[in-house]
Amino acid sequence: MAEISKNTLLDWYRQMVLIRQFETRCDELYRDKKITGVYLHLYSGHEATGIGALAAIEKRDHVITAYRDHGLALIRGVDAKPLMAEMMGKRTGVSGGKGGSMHLASRKHNFWGGYAIVGGHLPLAAGIAQACRYNNTDEVVICFIGDGATNNGYFHESLNFSQIYKLPVIWIIENNLVGMGTRIEDASGQPILHRRADAYGIKDLERVDGQNVVEVYNRVKEGVEYARREGPVLIESMTYRYKGHGVSDRSYDKRLADELKDWVENKEPITILANLLKTEHGVDDHQLEAIVDQQLKIVEESVEYALNSPDPDADDLVRNVYVE
Amino acid sequence: MAEKNIPMREALRQALREEMLRDDRVYVMGEEVGQWQGTHRVTQGLLEEFGAKRVIDTPISEMVIGGAAVGAAMAGLRPVAEFMTINFAFLALDAMINHAAKIHYMFNGQFKVPLVFRAASGWGNQATATHSHTPEPIFAHFPGMYVACPATPRDAKGMLKASIRDENPVLFTESIALYSKPGPVPDSDEFVLPIGKSEIKREGKHVTLVTYARGVEWSLAAAQELSKQGVECEVIDMRWLRPLDMEAVFESFKKTNRCVVVEESLPLYSFGSEIAAQIQDQMFDYMDAPVKRVSAMDVPLPYAHDIELMALPNTQKVIDAVREVI
Repeated sequence: MAEISKNTLLDWYRQMVLIRQFETRCDELYRDKKITGVYLHLYSGHEATGIGALAAIEKRDHVITAYRDHGLALIRGVDAKPLMAEMMGKRTGVSGGKGGSMHLASRKHNFWGGYAIVGGHLPLAAGIAQACRYNNTDEVVICFIGDGATNNGYFHESLNFSQIYKLPVIWIIENNLVGMGTRIEDASGQPILHRRADAYGIKDLERVDGQNVVEVYNRVKEGVEYARREGPVLIESMTYRYKGHGVSDRSYDKRLADELKDWVENKEPITILANLLKTEHGVDDHQLEAIVDQQLKIVEESVEYALNSPDPDADDLVRNVYVE
Repeated sequence: MAEKNIPMREALRQALREEMLRDDRVYVMGEEVGQWQGTHRVTQGLLEEFGAKRVIDTPISEMVIGGAAVGAAMAGLRPVAEFMTINFAFLALDAMINHAAKIHYMFNGQFKVPLVFRAASGWGNQATATHSHTPEPIFAHFPGMYVACPATPRDAKGMLKASIRDENPVLFTESIALYSKPGPVPDSDEFVLPIGKSEIKREGKHVTLVTYARGVEWSLAAAQELSKQGVECEVIDMRWLRPLDMEAVFESFKKTNRCVVVEESLPLYSFGSEIAAQIQDQMFDYMDAPVKRVSAMDVPLPYAHDIELMALPNTQKVIDAVREVI
């Protein structure tokens, strides 16, 4: 296993803090009614899974996910400003204010979007991977899957399909233990989700600690190497959502109090990475605080940008229904 | 342009083959399209000519057939995905409606979805309730995806080629009852019909018959019969349910002031409902009679042949409806 440099770890720390600050700010803005609507699903708690996974691929590779998509867009390098503008439904948003929080995408970052029909993006991932093979490239697709999505038909059909044609997909289940409000053991006959790989003949890369960015990186790296040469792999990353399902989930902190406390106190991805930087690489608190301050500034600038951006107009309403 | 008399399935095959030869990005995917040679023989011979990379047999998995076609199209390919019949396309509704039709809009034009979903449609042969559907209007309900419903081999070829070349997603339905019927087809690989353009299949001055797909056959037969009795019907084949060529309907209506809509589909929230609503809204001053609709009966289709036929439109029902408006 290759040694990961201090600079890389510091960059992962930067990304982690950026996401956490961005999401915390989104939550506040929603409560202040600056972000409106009914959907806002925060990535807080999941950061290490997204960062470790996307560090294992190249720019030419592809990423697609479900509706908990803010963090992955940031990791992929999409600027915070148009992302925050999309949260506020502004014309300058990544999706022109027409997609919203659940439908962030950036073609030039090969970030193929967030999708809000649970499981609906899995066959899209298969299709993008089909195009990679069709065009004789060695590109791969990382497709994030919520634990809840493993129980609908898309999961079955898409994983089976990917193995038949040996498509270069890294299927990553972000298992945060709860699908909206239903626990995985109440929703899945086989709650150890990576075992399903066997049903499709897919290479099973088993469970990884989704709060430890280094472990996620190493496991996904192995998956990427396999997918480029051979075909699909399945990885189950164990993680937790710190802010419940979404803004409509008003009781998660009471409903899941003990469990939430355990994850925040003992499995916090930012703390795990900070401790690694301090104990193994001699980074001090002062350096880490400087990173936090930089990210706060970036997030505040994105908020200012979004607040001062124009709203879409009547012409935008009817634009891009069809390719003209 | 020289023409050849060929059945619709062969015209469709020509369209697929010519577009695959013209553009390397075009490929065919679906259940039994390759080794079986196509359930309806439309893809016959394509596997042998183009190989398994471009003629892809899939598992019985409509959700992933629909969704993978969307992903591949977003990534720059031009998939032609076949649903064995449109009844099975119901399983792919989410991929078709939520994704194929909306992705271009939802991400503000960042992605295009240039795909074609082909689906055999229609009733007959006692196929029974779950296999006797003409739900084209359901798919035409949603902005973002075109819906093509050809009535002749010539139109089938020109419309399929247009659909494959277009940058937007298209649901292309093929009436099973028309697959074997021959008609003249231009013998040219550059014969392409415009998207969203209807055609007057017969001119007349007394009543406008607005129809598509198999309804064209009943309407023309009815027009021929009525002509003997001195009633001249104008038959407009809409060809596309979306974009809907209402201008052509209005032009004809200004002349005839009467309209009968002939549809193979069910009557509620239908093609006929839409045509009638738009005529009363836009053509009120020209109306000399209510718009009549000839549709299938509002029942699931049974197995027993006599009552199956009873439920469905036919030439006599069209004649009767025209009699009511003149």
